[in-house]
Amino acid sequence: MRFYLSLWAGKLTVWSSRLFGWGGSSLPGRVARCLDPQVLRRLSRQVSGGNLMITGTNGKTTTAKMVAEVAAASGLRLTHNRAGANLITGLTTAYLQSASAGGRVGTDMGLLEVDEATVPRAAEEVAPKAMVVTNFFRDQLDRFGELEHTVRFIRRGLERMRPESVAVLNADDPLVANLGRTTPTRTLYYGIDVPGLGSREVDHTAEAKHCVVCGEPYQYDVYYYAHLGKFRCPRCGNARPDPQVVLTGLTSEGSRGSSLTVHTPAGEFEAHISIPGLYNVYNALAAAGAAYALGISLANIKAGLESFSSHFGRMEMISLGDKEVFLALVKNPVGFNEVIRTINETREQKTLLIAINDNYADGTDISWLWDVDFEMLVAGQDHVKSVVTSGQRAEDMALRLKYAGLDAGLLRVERDMKQALQMGLSSIGPGEILYVLPTYTAMLEMREILQKMGYARKFWEV
Amino acid sequence: MEARQLHIGYLYPDQMNMYGDRGNVIAISQRARWRGLDVRVHLIGIGDAMDPDQMDLLFGGGGQDREQQLIGEDFERLKGPALARAVEEGVPMLAVCGTYQLLGRYYLTAEGQKIPGLGVLNAWTEAGTKRLIGNVVIETGLFGPAQTLVGFENHSGKTFLGEGAAPLGRVVKGGGNNGQDGFEGAVYKHLVGTYLHGSLLPKNPWLTDWLIARALERRYGVGDLEPLDDALELAAHQAVVQRFR
Repeated sequence: MRFYLSLWAGKLTVWSSRLFGWGGSSLPGRVARCLDPQVLRRLSRQVSGGNLMITGTNGKTTTAKMVAEVAAASGLRLTHNRAGANLITGLTTAYLQSASAGGRVGTDMGLLEVDEATVPRAAEEVAPKAMVVTNFFRDQLDRFGELEHTVRFIRRGLERMRPESVAVLNADDPLVANLGRTTPTRTLYYGIDVPGLGSREVDHTAEAKHCVVCGEPYQYDVYYYAHLGKFRCPRCGNARPDPQVVLTGLTSEGSRGSSLTVHTPAGEFEAHISIPGLYNVYNALAAAGAAYALGISLANIKAGLESFSSHFGRMEMISLGDKEVFLALVKNPVGFNEVIRTINETREQKTLLIAINDNYADGTDISWLWDVDFEMLVAGQDHVKSVVTSGQRAEDMALRLKYAGLDAGLLRVERDMKQALQMGLSSIGPGEILYVLPTYTAMLEMREILQKMGYARKFWEV
Repeated sequence: MEARQLHIGYLYPDQMNMYGDRGNVIAISQRARWRGLDVRVHLIGIGDAMDPDQMDLLFGGGGQDREQQLIGEDFERLKGPALARAVEEGVPMLAVCGTYQLLGRYYLTAEGQKIPGLGVLNAWTEAGTKRLIGNVVIETGLFGPAQTLVGFENHSGKTFLGEGAAPLGRVVKGGGNNGQDGFEGAVYKHLVGTYLHGSLLPKNPWLTDWLIARALERRYGVGDLEPLDDALELAAHQAVVQRFR
């Protein structure tokens, strides 16, 4: 009986949150758990295909989004918690949303990104079929010892999982790989094995790793990314495990993404992902490993990864001091509309910088701007706080927004991109996001300016 | 007092909207609304009849060859007679690119085939080998003293004007109707034909206002429009003039 009370109170809170535009999605979960502490357990066990948890320092959100696309390609309906709602209350909310008023959860699979400290409790209540551990990176503010603390949380989570469940582990990260030595679950390792890739020398930002068995500093046959690579202990022989899901071929196309060849026990597949960086290759491998562990076909894995790319390929988040920049390339009406829809998903009023060039690579005829649905962006003035337009066609872009209904007082024109960027950054507060939407050559210029400003790329999250 | 109405007939919005030509309908609608007019946009597609008495202002844009073929039959049988009547009776109309060509007498293909147009405008088009593409600046006397118009052309058809069809303006920069005679566009009564995209009207607010004023004159006898703050339109216009002069 208290289950139903908790369910309905939770669902009512979900509904009210949407109606009143309350931010966080942890409130419904909190309300429900107050009334019935078993509510998450009762709801999550109904999901027919089981639940997948994803944790680790970086890449949870990107990996989860990739798995979501793979699930979509497979025709699976998901219970999926929102990015950032990764504490026990947020996980609970996700199932409340999927549940009917009668308490039935009819989805095919649970997809949960889980904060590291929440892993033990989540593993206990959700009893996942598989858990992905992406990597362990020390936070800049991390004091000595906290990383070990985090690893311990995840180890405890694995200990609470059933023996037939699968730990999907990054073989190339010593601390992650080591979890495979003590876990009661089955293991599936993923990693990279591409001849000629990586370097013999360690990146100066990577931290030294010591053998978990005997304490001796690891030696690496090759470093792929930061402390990820083929490590081995020269003293006791503890070494990087052989991955079952392994990248055997890689063609990097810079900012345009990468072409991957992935080998699995079920065969080989090739996929192109159009988000840049080796870190995102690791995310793709994690997603492929998780999907494989859940019995999804290689064809659907490939389709999902390539579909992810087309939705999220051109967008990234960049940290700039205490502020953030959301950078999304725009080059045609379809793509621009998709960016606008993505931007409209967050509730707060936004500050934007739109930079339009008309060089050959951007398209010399800017008439296409009139085919973009800026009216969607401007509608009700709810979404936009202010806009700076820049680039060679700054005035045209401002004009387009004026005719889309944007109050002229919210518009500023600044052709010089560096000035425009500074204007945009100074009009947002700490913790806020500046949405920067440039055409191709404007994007190149913008990246150069950001590089000189010394930005720290928020690599893993999209 | 009831707001004055403006009925805009937007021809073939699905087929003939290459290069953001719908921006012209947006420009007209907004500038009319900003003056308190009650604007109704009528989407007139294939199979739709058009009542020339109901429309205050007409617009048709450009399309690819395939689209132009698709609307060809409908244009000839269903829309043609109504359009011809509207133009003759002085209904203001903006015809861009493909629609501009269709209002002329004929289009001569590269193979020598003569495809008849509506014939309401004394102009004809020949398929050309060289594509005229780029930013364009022209000077027009349509509003009295010389005024620049800016846009972007992209066409391989070459249009020539006969008697009764005056050019829209003299080419300052760009190709124009045919890249030969130095003229761009055409004006007949209140029909303005042109190859200029951009979209054309947003950066040329005086042309937009001219079309709206002609519409209001016809319906209400008086075409006064209160001036708007066009600083941004002017800045965008001048940016093109300075850059491409």
